[in-house]
Amino acid sequence: MTTSTAETPRETAGGSTRFPLVLGLDTFGDHEHDAEDRPLSHAQTIRNVVEEGVLAEQVGVDFFGIGEHHTDDFPMPAADVVLAAIAARTKRIHVGSAVTVLSSDDPVRVFQRFSTLNAISNGRAEVVLGRGSSIDSFPLFGYDLANYEELFEEKVNLFAELLKGGPVTWHGNLRPSLNNQDVVPYTEAGPFRTWIGVGGSPQSVVRAAHYGFSLMLAIIGGSPARFRPFSRLFLQALEKFGREPLPIGVHSPGHVAETDEKALEEFWPRWLHIITKMSKVRGFAIPTLESFRYEVGPQGALFIGSPETVAQKIAANLMTLGANRFDLKFGMPGLSPDSLMRNIELYGTKVIPRVRELLAESTRPDD
Amino acid sequence: MPLSVQRIAVLGAGHVGPVIARMALDAGFEVAIATSGSPENLDLVTQVVMPGVEARWAADAVAAADMVVLSIPLHRFSALDPALLAGKLVVDAMNYWAPADGAAPMFQGKELSSSEIVQRRLSQSTVIKSLNQIAYQDLEDGRRPVGSLDRHAIGVAGDDSNAANVVGEVIDRIGYDPVMLDSLRAGRVLQPGGPVFGAVLTRSEFERAIHTAAVQS
Repeated sequence: MTTSTAETPRETAGGSTRFPLVLGLDTFGDHEHDAEDRPLSHAQTIRNVVEEGVLAEQVGVDFFGIGEHHTDDFPMPAADVVLAAIAARTKRIHVGSAVTVLSSDDPVRVFQRFSTLNAISNGRAEVVLGRGSSIDSFPLFGYDLANYEELFEEKVNLFAELLKGGPVTWHGNLRPSLNNQDVVPYTEAGPFRTWIGVGGSPQSVVRAAHYGFSLMLAIIGGSPARFRPFSRLFLQALEKFGREPLPIGVHSPGHVAETDEKALEEFWPRWLHIITKMSKVRGFAIPTLESFRYEVGPQGALFIGSPETVAQKIAANLMTLGANRFDLKFGMPGLSPDSLMRNIELYGTKVIPRVRELLAESTRPDD
Repeated sequence: MPLSVQRIAVLGAGHVGPVIARMALDAGFEVAIATSGSPENLDLVTQVVMPGVEARWAADAVAAADMVVLSIPLHRFSALDPALLAGKLVVDAMNYWAPADGAAPMFQGKELSSSEIVQRRLSQSTVIKSLNQIAYQDLEDGRRPVGSLDRHAIGVAGDDSNAANVVGEVIDRIGYDPVMLDSLRAGRVLQPGGPVFGAVLTRSEFERAIHTAAVQS
């Protein structure tokens, strides 16, 4: 953890964390519409995401993540290719997945792609392994969702072996074995940072600790505070496995505009549309304006509003959860490039400095 | 059947099991949790995420319990030995949710509700369907004390009305209004694709949603 020693340790409600505060942005390559609400092509949406990543660095965002998806609403199956384009045009910002659906991918290829991204970006690559709420990759690549747990367990195990470097020997049930196999490209300075995205299963938290992966709490509904025991569980599990503490991050959806009203007005119809569509496929109830407002409020998982509103909510939740990183999942299918670029600009220039200020205030020794 | 419940065993420690265990503990029940493996593997999780709940072997947890909550992934249900649950009051909190979890051959037919299929397999147990329709992330926040105007509802469906009432009392103590449905077949409205699945509703909203769906079908 050479990057963290320069930072002053910070006490939080969840315990001591020795890691620098990281404030990032995530996208799922949400299909964009133009100012007249006409859908852009998938290709144009992808080119726009590259510009969004470049802008994110310019305005001071620490991390830009892209989550793998396979639908017309989220045409983003090859996130690592897009991340490479961003890496080639940036110098400082970290680039990574949010998430990589490892269960329906080949761990060897995931390692090779992200090790290549790490080379292109001079060590700025990170990978978040998980399921996400995307299930579309399973039929696409011929996997059965019923095997999800076994696939994930086994592939995480192989991925951890690959990260160690050197020839790999590995045996499993669901993927062909490897026998003293060289896997390139080698990383230059040890393994790139790997996270496991956790949605609500405590045993997944323990698994992340077992492999020495960082913990990314994906909080997309309900009260963020209910994840507080997970931070404690992660730290205690790391201790039990004889490992040093590792970073804890939070990923949540949201939208920033000049005012609360404008942010809500832009986001709500797009949210309603996409969740209604998902409801039909997955058979759950359609959200109401009331349930939406609850999620936007202090007890909910949506980070929507003016820079001040969003900064206050991020700072409060980082404190509560003892986390040192927050990644705002910005965008929603149908939002315009202008609205997204404005969101990124406000997040970098207003939200990030304000969160840093709020957390510095809260940890002043004379408080 | 027990006249009332004191000890609850929760089978499954994924997303849902720990939430149900915590709520039951808050409501004053004695709670044990178990998976298919050794309780040692659950010790740390139990200690930190549900302090006060006891991790046990499934057979021991079930033997001591007045009520068993099944919160394992439904596609694992066929691996569960029905003898383990013989003679027990069993709350089926599982869902057959193919678009999210994949297809399971045992549950693919349209004629029976998923809990009727569970009851057929657990022929020595009394199965009640409940605790399945509110998302795990909303369950704890959705609780309200008795008499609250905005108290939310949870459906309770069973063929054995005495057993259903016993479960209804547990639901009430946990912090929800039980809405009683008079058979496992009627419990179909609680399933994915049904009018109340995934929704946090008051009793009147819940009853209206079910009624509207019945009129439309």
